[in-house]
Amino acid sequence: MSESAFQIFVNALLANNFVLAMFLGLCPFLGVSGKLDTAFPMGVATTFVMLVASLCAYGLNLLLTAFHLEFLRLISYIVIIASAVQLVEMVLKKYSPALFRALGIYLPLITTNCAVLGVALFQTAREYDFVQSVTFSIGGGAGFTLALVLMASVRERLTLSNVPDLAQGTALSLMLAGILSLSFMGFAGLGG
Amino acid sequence: MNAAQYKTWDEFMEGVWRQNPVFVMVLGMCPTLAVTVSAINAISMGVATLFVLVCSCGLVSLMRKLTPKEVRIAVYIVIIATFVTAVDYAIQAISLALYDALGAFIQLIVVNCIILGRAEAHAAKNPPLPAMINAAGMGVGFTIGLLALGVVREILGAGTLFGVALFGAGFQPWVIMVLPPGGFFVLGAWLLLFSWWARRKAGLPAKEATPHV
Repeated sequence: MSESAFQIFVNALLANNFVLAMFLGLCPFLGVSGKLDTAFPMGVATTFVMLVASLCAYGLNLLLTAFHLEFLRLISYIVIIASAVQLVEMVLKKYSPALFRALGIYLPLITTNCAVLGVALFQTAREYDFVQSVTFSIGGGAGFTLALVLMASVRERLTLSNVPDLAQGTALSLMLAGILSLSFMGFAGLGG
Repeated sequence: MNAAQYKTWDEFMEGVWRQNPVFVMVLGMCPTLAVTVSAINAISMGVATLFVLVCSCGLVSLMRKLTPKEVRIAVYIVIIATFVTAVDYAIQAISLALYDALGAFIQLIVVNCIILGRAEAHAAKNPPLPAMINAAGMGVGFTIGLLALGVVREILGAGTLFGVALFGAGFQPWVIMVLPPGGFFVLGAWLLLFSWWARRKAGLPAKEATPHV
C-alpha cells in the first residue's frame, strides 16, 4: 500500500486509462462518442455513478468480509450499481429533463458499463483503503470522460471528411481508438 | 435433415454466423479486446462466457412466467452473477495461471452485453430448449470471434500460436499487437475485411469513396 493518492489518480486518469489501456467501458465509448454535447454529460454521469459505486462497494466489502460472505461480492456489487444508476436517473429527470432525454437509453445502460463494476472489483482486488478508493474512482471517471471527449471531438471533425464507404462506422471508430490508445501509451510510467 | 432438425440448426447458426456477436453486432467489446493477447486466453474466455450464457438463458427461460416485468432486468442480472461466481471459482480451482491471466475480466462477464441482450431478447420469450440452443450459438460465435483476434495477435505479437513458436529465432515480434492499441487495430481490420466481403457478395463496387456530408 505504498501508492499515494496522487499516483493512483494519475495512473487511473492517464497511464492506465480505463478505456484506452484497460478496455473498460467500450460500449458507451463507441456508442455515445458521436457528439460532444452528449459525450461530456455522459462522462460526468458515469463518473458520479463510479464514485457512488466505489463508496458503497467499500462499505459493503467490509461488511461481507466481517461475515465471511466473500462469494456474494459480485452479486451485491452489481445490485448496488443498479441502484446507484437508478438514483442518477431520478436526479437527472428532476433537474435536467433535456439532458435526460438526450442520454436516452445509454443512461440505464451505465449499469452494464464494465468501467463501473471494474472500479469496484479493482479496488477490492488491490485492497485500497478509503481515500485510495475514492481517488481511484474519481481518476477513473475523469479518464473515462477524457477519452470520451477526445473521441467525440475527433469524430465530429471526421463527419466532414471524405471516408471510403467500406470503412464507415465501427471499423473506423476502432482504428481511431487504436491511434488514441497508441498516444496514451506515451504516458506509461507517469504515475511511478 | 427433417424440418424440425433444420430449424434447430438454423437457430444455432444464427448466432455463429449471421448475427455473430463480435463481427456483426459488435457487442461485448471489453472482454473481446482485453483478453485476446493469446489464443489460449481467448478460448478460455469464450468457453467461460458460453457456459454462463447457456446456463443463465436456460434459467431465465424457465422462470419467464414467474418474473414480474418491472424487475426483470434485476432478476436477469442476479441469475447471471450467480453463474459467473461459479465460473470464477471453477477457473481458480482448475488453473491458477489462467485465473491470473484473465484477471478481473472473468467477473466482468456479468456486464457482458451479449448475455443480458440474449436473456432479454430471446430467452424471456421462448421455452428453455430453443433458448439454450440460441444461447449456445451466440456463445460459439463469440468464441470464434475471440479466437480470430487472439490468433492474429499472438502470431504477430509474440510469434507463437498456443505457446508454440512458429518462426525461427530471427523473428522480431511485433510487440504493439499484444499491447492495447493492437486490440483495436486487429478488430478494426477484421471488421473492414468482413464489410469488404459482404459488399463483394452483394455485388457492390468496393473501392468507390462517396462523400456523405
